[in-house]
Amino acid sequence: MADLPANQAASLRDADAVAAAIPDGALLGLPPDYSMPAMAVVHALIRRNARNLKLLGVPVLGLSADLLIGAGCVAEVEASAVSLGEAGLAPRFTEAVERGEIRIRDATCPAIHTALQATEKGVPFMPLRGVIGSDLLTVRPDWMVVNNPLAQNDPILIVPAIQPDIALFHARWADDAGNAWIGRRRELATIAHASRRCFVTYEEQRPGDMLEDELLAPGVLSSVYVSGVAKAERGAWPLSVADLYAIDDAHLALYAKAAKTKEGFQRYLDEYVWNPTRAKNSSPAASRA
Amino acid sequence: MEPYAREEFLACCIARLIGDAGHVAVGAASPVPATAVYLQKYMRNPRLRISLLHKRRGNPFTEGSRELFDLAGQGRIDLFFLGGAQIDGDANINLVQAGENRLPGCFGSSYMYFAAKRTILFREEHSRRVLVPKVEFVSACGWSPPEVKRNGGPQALLTGKALFSWQPDRHRFRLESVHPGSSAAEVRDSTGFDYDVSRDPTETAPPTAEELRLLRSAVREQIAANYPEFARRVWGAAA
Repeated sequence: MADLPANQAASLRDADAVAAAIPDGALLGLPPDYSMPAMAVVHALIRRNARNLKLLGVPVLGLSADLLIGAGCVAEVEASAVSLGEAGLAPRFTEAVERGEIRIRDATCPAIHTALQATEKGVPFMPLRGVIGSDLLTVRPDWMVVNNPLAQNDPILIVPAIQPDIALFHARWADDAGNAWIGRRRELATIAHASRRCFVTYEEQRPGDMLEDELLAPGVLSSVYVSGVAKAERGAWPLSVADLYAIDDAHLALYAKAAKTKEGFQRYLDEYVWNPTRAKNSSPAASRA
Repeated sequence: MEPYAREEFLACCIARLIGDAGHVAVGAASPVPATAVYLQKYMRNPRLRISLLHKRRGNPFTEGSRELFDLAGQGRIDLFFLGGAQIDGDANINLVQAGENRLPGCFGSSYMYFAAKRTILFREEHSRRVLVPKVEFVSACGWSPPEVKRNGGPQALLTGKALFSWQPDRHRFRLESVHPGSSAAEVRDSTGFDYDVSRDPTETAPPTAEELRLLRSAVREQIAANYPEFARRVWGAAA
């Protein structure tokens, strides 16, 4: 995969075009359910029959991962946790791990943030307090406890830098210059900064350059990090975009119930993923944000 | 006495443990602790700063989800909550694997248990399945040798049957009070690890009328916005 492109963010046709640009086997950096996952692209990856993806949850995962795992797109997950939040366990993740169908690299939230921050800075590792005494150190041989080189008798964890092949998420706006507005969801910026490529779907196109607007600029991800953008209205559904639409709790509960069995999960895919028009029209939470 | 829901009772127990904390953070899927912190704020500690990590509208941070961990590492979080599919007598918690069952994962526990100045362990189920002699996977350990830097550790363990305090000098829990409807013998029988017993274990105090009034008004409003399913279950349809 080409390294760090993006002098000009490409304008892609739609979510399916983004999915086509994500190769099988890629390490995909994804946000949690509360931080604007690009659900339209997740659906499109399933439709294009993506295989052997490695998911990195920054720092946890939910519906996006459960859908991809259930559809057989995933070989490995690194995350601090995978769950559907108030809707309960992530059923396809749980079954896949219990049956040994996917590899899980357990982590803890700040270790993932720290590993990405190391990549942001271009350094090979970063230290992190805590964790010592956890069995995570047994299942993560790539993590090491060293002595603080600046002090005596002070053991501290170091985690190696992580560089995802692709950052993928949704945003409120993209502008003519290829910048994306992510607001306070700065973990999206961290993922983008640390990844070789970054694809962003967005709700609405804004004219001009948001970096020239002092009020918008602090929430902008500069196009220097963005490989491609594609419009996807309601592209985070059934999850939320602040001030536009709220999380569709009823749909999450419906999913949690359906996905308890492989058959129920397949019926869910038939209804909401293979038939995307249906998914868009079924959303009741348009103005409740 | 006014009837009350189990969740209301447990929230009252936790609220009293929060005391005069200055800044408390509440993690994912923790509606009872979230209820407790709002109760404590409205009841006894109006200056309490509450950082609800999964607040649906707005949230306390602008640097993304890493900001919590960064500020906790500096010692800016006085109190945090953790649970566990398994908890043992060393106050180790397991959020990863129990028997054949895969659980969601460690979340931030492996770090926050060290970073917060104190942590209240909360797990409603009180059984030998949950309170085990030794957890199968240590997500986060209850205590550390002296050379390992740590801002704090466990304060107490609250279950559906009893309240234990943690004794940092002895690395053991101590039974402090038993909830109405249970007994010290039942607690011993349902606990898979050994623990000390306070000289005078009492019955855990039930909610007062004032606590219930606040729970059902101001607290309910906050919780319904962020944990709608929980609020519906405990207090019925939206306020």
